[in-house]
Formats: sequence, structure tokens, C-alpha cells
Amino acid sequence: MTDGGATLTAAEAAFLVAAADTIIPADELSPSGSQCGVVDFIDRELAGPYGQGVRLYRDGPIVKGKKEHGYQLGLAPRDFFRIGIEAADDWTRATYQKNFAELDEAGRQAALTAMETGKAAFENFNAREFFEALIAIVMEGFFADPIHGGNRDGAGWKMVGYPGLPADYRATIEPNRGKRLDIVPRGIADRR
Amino acid sequence: MVTRLKETDAVVIGIGWTGSILALELAKAGLNVVGLERGAARRPDKDFATPEIRDELTYAVRQKLVQDPAVETFTMRHESGETALPIRRFGAFLPGMGLGGAGTIWNGLTWRFLPFDHQLRSRIEARYGKSAIPVDMTIADWQMSYDELEPFYERFEKLCGTSGKAGNLRGTRIDGGNIFEGPRQSDYPNRPLTQSQAGALFERAAKSLGYHPYPTPASTISAAYTNPEGAVMGACEYCGHCDRFGCAVNAKASPNASVLPILLQDRHFTLRADSFVTQIVYDKASRKATAVRYVDMNTGQEFEQPAGLIALCSYTFSNTRLMLLSGIGTPYDPQTMTGAVGKNYCYQVTAPQHLFFADEEINPFMATGAHAMNIDDFNGDNFDHEGLGFFGGALIFAGPTHGRPIMGRALPPGTPRWGRAWKQATAQWYNHSFSIHASGASYAHRGNYLDLDPTYRDRLGRPLLRMTYNFRDNDRKLSAYVAEKASGLAKAMNPTVMGPAQPRRGDFDVAPYQSTHNTGGTIMGADPKTSVVNRYLQSWDADNLFILGASVFPQNPAHPPTGAVGALAYWAAQAITTRYLKSPGKLVSA
Ligand SMILES: Cc1cc2nc3c(=O)[nH]c(=O)nc-3n(C[C@H](O)[C@H](O)[C@H](O)COP(=O)(O)OP(=O)(O)OC[C@H]3O[C@@H](n4cnc5c(N)ncnc54)[C@H](O)[C@@H]3O)c2cc1C
Repeated sequence: MTDGGATLTAAEAAFLVAAADTIIPADELSPSGSQCGVVDFIDRELAGPYGQGVRLYRDGPIVKGKKEHGYQLGLAPRDFFRIGIEAADDWTRATYQKNFAELDEAGRQAALTAMETGKAAFENFNAREFFEALIAIVMEGFFADPIHGGNRDGAGWKMVGYPGLPADYRATIEPNRGKRLDIVPRGIADRR
Repeated sequence: MVTRLKETDAVVIGIGWTGSILALELAKAGLNVVGLERGAARRPDKDFATPEIRDELTYAVRQKLVQDPAVETFTMRHESGETALPIRRFGAFLPGMGLGGAGTIWNGLTWRFLPFDHQLRSRIEARYGKSAIPVDMTIADWQMSYDELEPFYERFEKLCGTSGKAGNLRGTRIDGGNIFEGPRQSDYPNRPLTQSQAGALFERAAKSLGYHPYPTPASTISAAYTNPEGAVMGACEYCGHCDRFGCAVNAKASPNASVLPILLQDRHFTLRADSFVTQIVYDKASRKATAVRYVDMNTGQEFEQPAGLIALCSYTFSNTRLMLLSGIGTPYDPQTMTGAVGKNYCYQVTAPQHLFFADEEINPFMATGAHAMNIDDFNGDNFDHEGLGFFGGALIFAGPTHGRPIMGRALPPGTPRWGRAWKQATAQWYNHSFSIHASGASYAHRGNYLDLDPTYRDRLGRPLLRMTYNFRDNDRKLSAYVAEKASGLAKAMNPTVMGPAQPRRGDFDVAPYQSTHNTGGTIMGADPKTSVVNRYLQSWDADNLFILGASVFPQNPAHPPTGAVGALAYWAAQAITTRYLKSPGKLVSA
């Protein structure tokens, strides 16, 4: 499922597997999020420059802004997820007496819905902001080129019919206008 | 310790679209030109090569080729009086950084503005009366008419090899082109791109309503092409990796594909990359800019490069910021409406609407960044504004520019955002949807402006630029009106499901992408008290300083800016090489 281990702790990996598999459950359309490598993807992203806050302006003063000011925490994504996952688990323990990963699927769905709609009150962390970051990075892991560790076998791309690379449509743009293009998706690694 | 370098003829600050064009014209005129670019010296064969460049995560989501906010960002507030906060991650707009600037990562939509846009204030006053324009709407005429700029628009299109169809050739209207455009002396250098299914649906609907659809003038070009400078471009692959990416096949015009191959060979030109300009040294007594200070971002060393001629080509934000940091001109004060540097900051008022078609295969991934069908029927003053309560209009268009699945997965309203139902809906609609857009004009408002932030600083310790900006009454009314027209068009396409129209209602939000069409701050004008540059884009405060880019626009029309930005670069270059160099001094007396 996940080899993990670049930066995630076992507890964080368990949380993220449970979250990824609730957001992207296994069904006839694709394997589950973690089976598609989403948690490996997150592990690599958070261990790398992105996780360390490269390309993020982090200078203070850190002030809570309006919604339209966008992200104002100054936390690098690695720290954001460390604190956010802890806060989420604290909240599910207080509410359901279990860590998020220990909930059954209906419980996980209810917990995620509470975060999404802002009904979950985390201590010292914004549940909704955490949910938005979580769903964003899960979707990145499901749809990014497989070279980044997720979207295994192009599962996300196959689900929607995105053909991946080489993305040269000079010969198809005209004959396939309005007609489905059935191509097995390939990624960067297949084209090198 | 500042190392003082040997004087050169000219320094160009920023090597994106305007900087590369001007540097080449100056080098051709025999000047020794130093180009200072704060970002890396990118090379298309190495930095934009397939398959690596076609990586949505790295380039579109993580924004590898965009300005690094950790080095320099901006602060934003909606009204003066509020405390501005830094934009910690770029979202609404994505300024360029690195050789080629935003010109590397643009979409390639290459418009000319309407003749009306060039004479905005006087045309509105003539049609609707002297008192029709609200006092707070600080719009102004351009300092050259469409006809004066026409040869330069043409030059930029030829440089880019733009694909399109003329709608007005020397006064003759041509069906299938944009019949509202100003008269052109020649057709586009390349034929239009192959249309998309979404474009075909839009075209049919627009015609059924009596509108005048035409294909996007696209600098993602339809056939191989050698431009007048000798740069060789390839034919577009419709790969759907244009905006936010460099082009792997040199089919998207850019400084990198269209100018730099020639410029970098020119012995009169010296490029210094990773060179962050911090200040223009200004001698107020002689009204001259004498040198440019910059920091080598690899070593931290500071240099001073003296020059006879200095050109600011560093995009709207840096153009304005460097004027403020260098103490050239008077900063704008919205209370007293005095001063001009930072004034008339404008943007783009956009309104998208998602459409879903159960029976149409859209193939959004077979696309270029400039691949839509458009109408100008509700742009500029092409419709009567009497009683509407706003001026200006929008370009309305449809056609996917990519099908990249991390960012492009619209779903019908009410669909869950995760779980089994989300999966089903995503699988069902991904290939069956596209959006209709209205790109609306953004007219100057007294309260929208740029100045220096009192608190937040860049990596080198200098104050960040502060943006005081919000959508104003004109923007909101305009947006509501054009979004309704777009909805009418959407309905005529007969979609299975229509998402809600999204006219601009709330406050400006820095997170969702809207456009990198930021204008104003160093506007052109006839009066040194209310403008920063004259009609040749020469600074009123320093004869040997020229400012190029959309920072000189008094307001932003609905069409994307770069066609006019490129045209103005050629216009200024001609004034410099044919007039200024022969007799240095003021090109316009005021
Ligand atoms: C994703 C995207 C899509 C776009 N699509 C379109 C489109 O389809 N149509 C359209 O008309 N426009 C589009 N634009 C806008 C277009 O890219 C710009 O209008 C155009 O590049 C402006 O040219 P410029 O020379 O003014 O700035 P740029 O091309 O950005 O060049 C400015 C250069 O100055 C450098 N610089 C800045 N500050 C300093 C400093 N202090 N020291 C040294 N160097 C500095 C920058 O690093 C940069 O390289 C798009 C922009 C983006 C980001």
C-alpha cells in the first residue's frame, strides 16, 4: 500500500491512508487512493522542497487575514500537515473516541464532512483549511504524472480518459473533433 | 561594498517580452546593451524539453517558472486604511521570473485593442456627455490612436507568427474575423488553428443569436514559421501545456522562441541573469537616471552599472516598485489625488461559467493556450451603454485551453467533492464539459493603486509593493451584464447542465487564478502631474529613462494586454532609435 517513510510518521501515514481511501474509495472506476500511491506521493512531496516551504513567503508578522488574503499561516506544508493531522486525530478522539484511521468508513465520511463544512472544531487549527489542503494534495496524488509516486498505472487518468503524454494531437485534432480518443495513458517515465 | 562597473550605452531591466524586443532594437542600432534579469538564464532546449516539461504538478500547480514569492511578493488590501497582508503563494496572477519572463509561460492570446480603447475618455464623453464619467473613475485616453499604433501591432504579430483571421482589412469587414476590430493593413501571418469541438458549439450558438464569432488570435501557431528576425518556430501540437509552461516545440511565441535566439548571438548584447535590480540611481538635478544597482543572487555581491540610457521592462509591479524605491516621480496619493507613480492600477474582471454536455465529446486536452471562439459584440462601446450604469464590456469566449486533470475537473453544481459519487461524476463529466468566459475591462478607480508596504520586506530587505485593490461599482455592474449575455450564449448551446453564472460579486481574492493582466502604476499621459511617461513612454522625470509594459496603460481594456504591450515596445524602440539617440532630450515638451 505505502512504503512511506520519507518523512511521514506511522501515525501520519495511517491517517493519510484512511483519508485518501475515503476521498478516493476503491470501486470499479479505480483502486483506492492509497492503492494508487497517493500516500507515497504525499510523503515525497512533504519530504521535498514543497514540504519545506520553498516558494512560500513566510516572513512575519503573521496576522489572521480575511478569506481573500489566502494562506496566512506561514507554516511550511510539512508542518501544516503535522499539526493538522494531530489536531484532526485529537478532534476525532474527543468526538468519536477513536483516531481517524480507526473509524469505519461511515465514521470517516462523517468526520471528513464535518471538517469540510466547518462543523468540526479543532483546537487551535482551522478544520476547514486543513480539509481543503488535504483534499488538494490527495487530488494531486491521484492525477499528477505517475513519476511523482501517485496515480499508479495512470489510474486517475484512466478514470477520466485523460491520455497523458506525449500529448501531440496534430494528427487527431481534426478527425477526433467531437469523437472520443481511446488511448492508454502514458506518463513521463514511459516517454523518456 | 558596491562594485562600480564600466559605463555602457544602455541597460534593460528585465528580459521578458518588452525587454527582449527593446534590447534587440537597441543592439541593431549599434548600442552596447546590458540586460539584467533577476531570474535564471533558461534555455528552451534544456529547460522546456519533453517529456519533462509536460508535467502539470511541477509547472502548473507548483509554478516552477513563476516569480518566487519567498524572494519577492506583494501585499494586498481592499481599501486604504486597512492593513495589507502578503500574498504568500501566488494564485490570482502569476508574474514571470527568469529569462523570457511571463512571456515564457503565457497562453499566447494576441489581441489588438479596439480603436475605442485608445480614446476611452474622449469617446465616452462624446457619446454619453461630459459628465457621464463618475469622478472616481480616473480613466484617460491613450497617447496614441489605434491607427498610429497599427504598424506596431502588425510588427508584433509578425514577430509571433500569430494565427488568426482578419475581420477588418483596410476598412473592409470580413465575415468570420472580428468585424469590430480596427482596420488592419495585413491579415495575420498564419491561418487560424484547427477548431475544437467546444469552439464549434460556441460558434454555432453565437451565430444563431446574430453575434459575430471569430477564432482567437493565437501565438501558438498553426504552421512552421520563420519570423522577420530569423527565429524559426514549429507548428503547434495542441498539447494543452501552454499557460504556466515553456513550449517544447517553439510553437508558442515567446522571448525565448522568437527573440532571444537572435539577441543572444548579437555581440552588442550582454545578458546578466540572476541579477536582481534594486534601484535606479537618479540625479534629480540633471533629471537623469545615471546607473542601475543590482545584486547577483548567486554571490550576494552588489553592483552598480552606469548607463547612458535605461529602460524599465520589468512588468507592471517591478516597474512601479523600482520607480518608488528609486525616488523618481511623485507617489500617488488617493486622498488628494496628487502624484502619479502607482496610480490607476487595474486588472481584469473575469466571469466563468461551467457547462456540461452529456452527448458531446469535448477532448479538452487537445488544445492550445489560445484556442477559443470569441465575440466582441459586448466589448468596448460596441453596444449602447445609455442607462446601463457602467462603461466598457467584455470579450466573451469558450474553448478549453487544456485538459490537465489536477486543475481542470469542473462538476455540475451540487456534486460531492470526494467519495464514490464524486468519482462517478468526475468519470462521467471530465470529457463532457467546458466553460464560457467573460473577460471584462477593468477601468481605473481613484482608490485602486500601488505603493510601498510599510511592514513587509523582500529577501533583500526592501519594502514590498502594496496593492490596494478591489472590484468597484463599474466592475460589478459590467460583470453582471456580460455574465448574463454569456449565459444567454451558454443556453443557446443547449447544455445538459449549466453551472451558475459567476459575475464578480465579492471582494478581490488573491487565491483563485483570474489573469496575469495587471496594468497601470506608471501610466502614459499628456500631463507630468497626472502621468509618469509621455507618449513615447519616456519618463517625465528623467529623459534617458523609458518604461515599457502594461504599467503604462491608463486602464485595462477587455482584451488580453500583450498584443498592445508588444506594439508599444516597438513604438518606443522606434522613437528611441530614430529620434532620441539623434538628439537626446525630452521627446515631448510639457
Ligand atoms: C500564465 C500566464 C498566461 C498569460 N496569458 C496571456 C495571454 O494569453 N495573452 C496576453 O495578452 N497576455 C498573457 N499573459 C501576460 C503576458 O505574459 C504579459 O503581458 C507579458 O509577458 C508582459 O511582458 P513584460 O515584458 O511587461 O513582462 P515579462 O514578460 O514578465 O518580463 C518581465 C521580466 O522582468 C524581470 N524582472 C522583474 N523585476 C526585476 C528586477 N527587480 N530586476 C531584474 N529583473 C526583473 C522578470 O523576472 C521578467 O523576466 C499571461 C501571463 C501569465 C503568467
